Amino acid sequence: MTIAQNFPATPGADVDGVLKVAILAVGGQGGGVLTSWIEAVARSQGYVAQATSVAGVAQRTGATIYYIEMCPVTDRPPVLSLAPAPGDVDVMVAAEMMEAGRAIMRGFVTPDRTVLIASTHRALAVSEKTIPGDGIANSEEVRAAAELAARQVIMADFEDVAVRSGSVISASLFGALAGSGALPFPRDAYEDAIRAAGKGVDASLRAFAAAYDVAQGGALPTAPKDSAKPRDEATTGPAKQLAAWSALEGRVAALPPEVAELADPGLRKVVDFMDTDYGAEYLDRVERLVARDDGAQDWRLGRAAAKHIANAMTYDDIIRVADAKTRAHRFQRIHDEMGMGEDKLLQLTEYFHPRAEEVVSLFPARLGGRLRASEKWMRRLDRWFGRGRRLRSNGLRSFLMLYWLGGLRRYRRRTLRHADEVAHLARWLDTVEGWLASDYDMAVEALNARRLIKGYSDTHARGLSKFDRVLAAMELVRGRPDAADWASRLRNAALTDEHGKELDGAIETIRSFA
Amino acid sequence: MAERSFKAEVEHLRKGTGDTFTGEGILAITKALLENGVGYVGGYQGAPISHLMDVLADAEELLGELGVRFEANANEAAAAAMLAASVHYPIRGAVTFKGSVGVNVASDALANLSSSGVTGGALVIVGEDYGEGSSIMQERTHAFAMKSQFWLLDPRPNLPSIVKAVGDGFELSEASNTPVMMMVRIRGCHVTGSFETRDNRRPELTVRDALSNPVSDFNRVVLPPMSFRHEQDKVEKRWPAAEKFIVERGLNEQFGPREAPVGIVCQGGMYNGVIRALQRLGLANLHGDSQVPVYVLNVTYPLVASECLDFCAGKDAVLVVEEGQPEFIEQQLGSYLYRAGAQVALHGKDMLPMAGDYTGQIMLDGVTAFLRKSAPDMLEGRHLAPNRVEPEIPDLTSTVPIRPPGFCTGCPERPIFAAMKMVQEQTGKLQITADIGCHLFAAMPPFEIGGSTMGYGLGPASNAAFDGGGERRAISVLGDGGFWHNGLSSSIGNMVFNKSDSVALIVDNYYSAATGGQDIPSSRAENATKSTQNPITDALKGAGVKWVRQIDHTYDVGKMRDTLHEALTTDEPGPKVIVASSECMLNRQRREKPQRAKAIKAGRRVEVPRFGVDEEVCTGDHACIRLSGCPSLSLKRLDDPLRDDPVAAIDQTCVGCGNCGEVADAAVLCPSFYRAEVVHNPGRWEKRRAAWAKAIIGWLMTRRDARRLQFGDTA
Repeated sequence: MTIAQNFPATPGADVDGVLKVAILAVGGQGGGVLTSWIEAVARSQGYVAQATSVAGVAQRTGATIYYIEMCPVTDRPPVLSLAPAPGDVDVMVAAEMMEAGRAIMRGFVTPDRTVLIASTHRALAVSEKTIPGDGIANSEEVRAAAELAARQVIMADFEDVAVRSGSVISASLFGALAGSGALPFPRDAYEDAIRAAGKGVDASLRAFAAAYDVAQGGALPTAPKDSAKPRDEATTGPAKQLAAWSALEGRVAALPPEVAELADPGLRKVVDFMDTDYGAEYLDRVERLVARDDGAQDWRLGRAAAKHIANAMTYDDIIRVADAKTRAHRFQRIHDEMGMGEDKLLQLTEYFHPRAEEVVSLFPARLGGRLRASEKWMRRLDRWFGRGRRLRSNGLRSFLMLYWLGGLRRYRRRTLRHADEVAHLARWLDTVEGWLASDYDMAVEALNARRLIKGYSDTHARGLSKFDRVLAAMELVRGRPDAADWASRLRNAALTDEHGKELDGAIETIRSFA
Repeated sequence: MAERSFKAEVEHLRKGTGDTFTGEGILAITKALLENGVGYVGGYQGAPISHLMDVLADAEELLGELGVRFEANANEAAAAAMLAASVHYPIRGAVTFKGSVGVNVASDALANLSSSGVTGGALVIVGEDYGEGSSIMQERTHAFAMKSQFWLLDPRPNLPSIVKAVGDGFELSEASNTPVMMMVRIRGCHVTGSFETRDNRRPELTVRDALSNPVSDFNRVVLPPMSFRHEQDKVEKRWPAAEKFIVERGLNEQFGPREAPVGIVCQGGMYNGVIRALQRLGLANLHGDSQVPVYVLNVTYPLVASECLDFCAGKDAVLVVEEGQPEFIEQQLGSYLYRAGAQVALHGKDMLPMAGDYTGQIMLDGVTAFLRKSAPDMLEGRHLAPNRVEPEIPDLTSTVPIRPPGFCTGCPERPIFAAMKMVQEQTGKLQITADIGCHLFAAMPPFEIGGSTMGYGLGPASNAAFDGGGERRAISVLGDGGFWHNGLSSSIGNMVFNKSDSVALIVDNYYSAATGGQDIPSSRAENATKSTQNPITDALKGAGVKWVRQIDHTYDVGKMRDTLHEALTTDEPGPKVIVASSECMLNRQRREKPQRAKAIKAGRRVEVPRFGVDEEVCTGDHACIRLSGCPSLSLKRLDDPLRDDPVAAIDQTCVGCGNCGEVADAAVLCPSFYRAEVVHNPGRWEKRRAAWAKAIIGWLMTRRDARRLQFGDTA
């Protein structure tokens, strides 16, 4: 897209004929290669070019900036700057979406002159990834700012363009630069620079050409069809199960559409987890809450119930993991991802580390309960089973073991884990119904708190404890008009860090006034 | 073998008179050394001059042809000490290291060298690691020149000026019997451009020749009473000689009109920034022809009083553009002006910030402020009262995450710190000090291990106060680079002698990795000109450490954790030292990838590993990432309305190091990870067995799928 805006000329335009190109990249993206290509193009076209970079530790995955100035050769050498200045950049190439944001923040993108060429893909920063919830930065904010800040914006997933051509992003960004027409050089000159550098020439040229077209307003190369089956494909299975399934589907259809939107995938997940009877139990629970909901509140309660009850009922036990790891579509997906061909073999190793707790949870409820109460037995079980296991799941022995475990789907009703989960679910839904009598929003929040329970072993235990703490702290604000705001704040705090320090802080705050 | 090879560029070093060299500043410096008949070169790597060491190492053949000795010195002190050869012999020598930390290490030798004085030109090339892109504390090298009385060059950052400064530096050194330091800033080191080359020159006296005719003179030894004479000599003879040379040879430059009401005094390194500011104000053209006189100090120490006063004469005001703090040049200039009874108004740090690098905007603001006050008629209306409408651009500060440098994909140090984080989960927080090197990235999230860094090789030494032990032992981290730099004596020797009860962890990645993968004594590679493969454990035992554990595969997180735990709890007295060894992944990939591609092409059986995450199994708690931070282990949002949080995902940059699986196992995280190995060119029997297993597995899967409901979209 092109957004032309008129602003008075900035200082810097006074230096006739100097073109200023800055590249902001993440270490390892090939910013140095891109820089040397640009220099080569400029020099081949009768320009003086001066490039600078900041190597050092920045190349170890940190953000780093390259800068090039160029002007036509004259009889005397020009005096060029070694670093970009805010408001004084003609072309800003950002090799990643947040780096585009950083370029805007640093003032290198201005509406009177800057052509911003940015790849929209994300290389997540550590701070975005470590948050237990969703800490991914908002690309749309950067996009919105870019459209205001730049004279012209060329944005596309140039990482993807490059990978499809079997190349790297430096080549596609170079193509986008050429295609943008921001520099007064012909396409051939760019391609010659790639050829002259002499490394991975063919792949680079392919990526260059694809990105050139994108920058010229062409379409992005289309993604190959996903190997996953389309959504509308009919459900198949044994006749008896199909009959039960269509009855369940009828019940979903009877729900308000806002709720059915989530209850439909929820039901599939629950039935896949165990069987259609279990699906019926799921719908019983959802319907019970939907009956106390109405459209006046946008069915928020019903929607939260459909989502979180499905997640709660499909708890992550060994059986579910074993089942997921031995299904045909999983092997197919990995095959596709690894680019397998006829002449290659695939070996798969799974990492399991069962503890006594997990082993016991598979036992019938009463026996499991007794064993769990005995320290001696737990130690013994840990000695027998509790160690890391590497399972070669493409081999028969390991596969058969996982396959057998995965086949315990329907036995699982009798396990200790199931008893635990059912009890926990019942307590939770009682809490929800308790809230519903007095505060609709708090009932929704009590449902949403379920998001905190995830992970395995210690992580799962921590999630449970956060969940309990949030539900308990919700009692502290009972009756306040802003109670639900506080509840949602508690949940978000709990999702911010691993050990729940933020949550403790939020609870402290509540205690200070409640 | 260094990370970047300069074998191709080194050929340009053979260019002669009439040729043009085009390339990076660092290479231009190397070429200039050869053109000036240098007799020996050395140094210690570190940004921004690492590449200078790499170029020299790659150019050893050429250096040999010219009779030039190259040493990859053990540290900066060793490099500076090597310049002792120029004390008695008329041989030009040059060494390089980074400032200010390298200069700190070298300061002992530099001070002695400066006292003795030199006969042959002695040049220290310092990469001033200051401002954006710097990896160290923000200080100036300038102070060292002042205290030891050696001369400091700060040439304009373009290739012809830098090349000229090398020659000037040698001659200035010889004319004043004083070592000379040439400072090049980060961007100056990496700036590209061209210059006209000259023929390389053999040294008139080589170091080999000198060995045939040894010279000594006790007058040059730093011992009383000679040392007192050295000090007198510095101020009475060497300093005036230097000033005379600087003036006569016009080392400093003046641009712009002779007569003007105002002027700017700047360090050579600041010249392009000053001109850019003037260009943006419409006061200079593309070629740097300025309406404001600019006095460029290519020599920033000593300041020549006569030149300074001459420049200021007749002016109402001058602005000193001097990056960093404190403002040594401005103070000195002020004192010259005061003594001369001058009336000129002196500006500098009142209009430019005291600290931080002088970026384009800061320079523009400072120069504008100066002219607005001192010569407003020079500014056009729009600069005097800007009425430009700035567009409202949304503030992204809370959106865009910081992106500090971190461990590379597959880094062997990651599992070490994952293990250490797990140990702390058991023991509680420990007192941990770090050193200099890649491992220092562990101080940042997700590990947050190590609370201080006191210098290269000083990790364990900086825990010395805790050597007596306590409820829980202190741990210090030391890299293999730091170990050989001076850690063996300052840290390990200190621990042994003081019967330290602490734990030291030596991260051995086979290279001086953070500076670009240069070889060190314990490197595993064969190196034709250096002695490698000297085990760190042998050195430790030789130094008297009794409790030594060698781990040869850092990715074994469980073993790493247990060994750390043992070190923290053993009853053995004295220092507990763990050497954790695995090759730097960046260098390993660079070495192995081409070999692997060749092997596959040749039809040999090759396994290529990569890790993956089962998204159905991953619950999106990100516990694995909090023990990793690997760039290839990222997140992905699922197209599933039931899932709120993104799940872990491994992209194709994964090198299959194994950290993910090991951590998931050792920390008992989750069963989401799998390791997938693609076997290229499998054997016949292997293929047949796989086909057989696949058939049975396929039959079983189909059987189960037929007995359950299959939803179109349940992937």
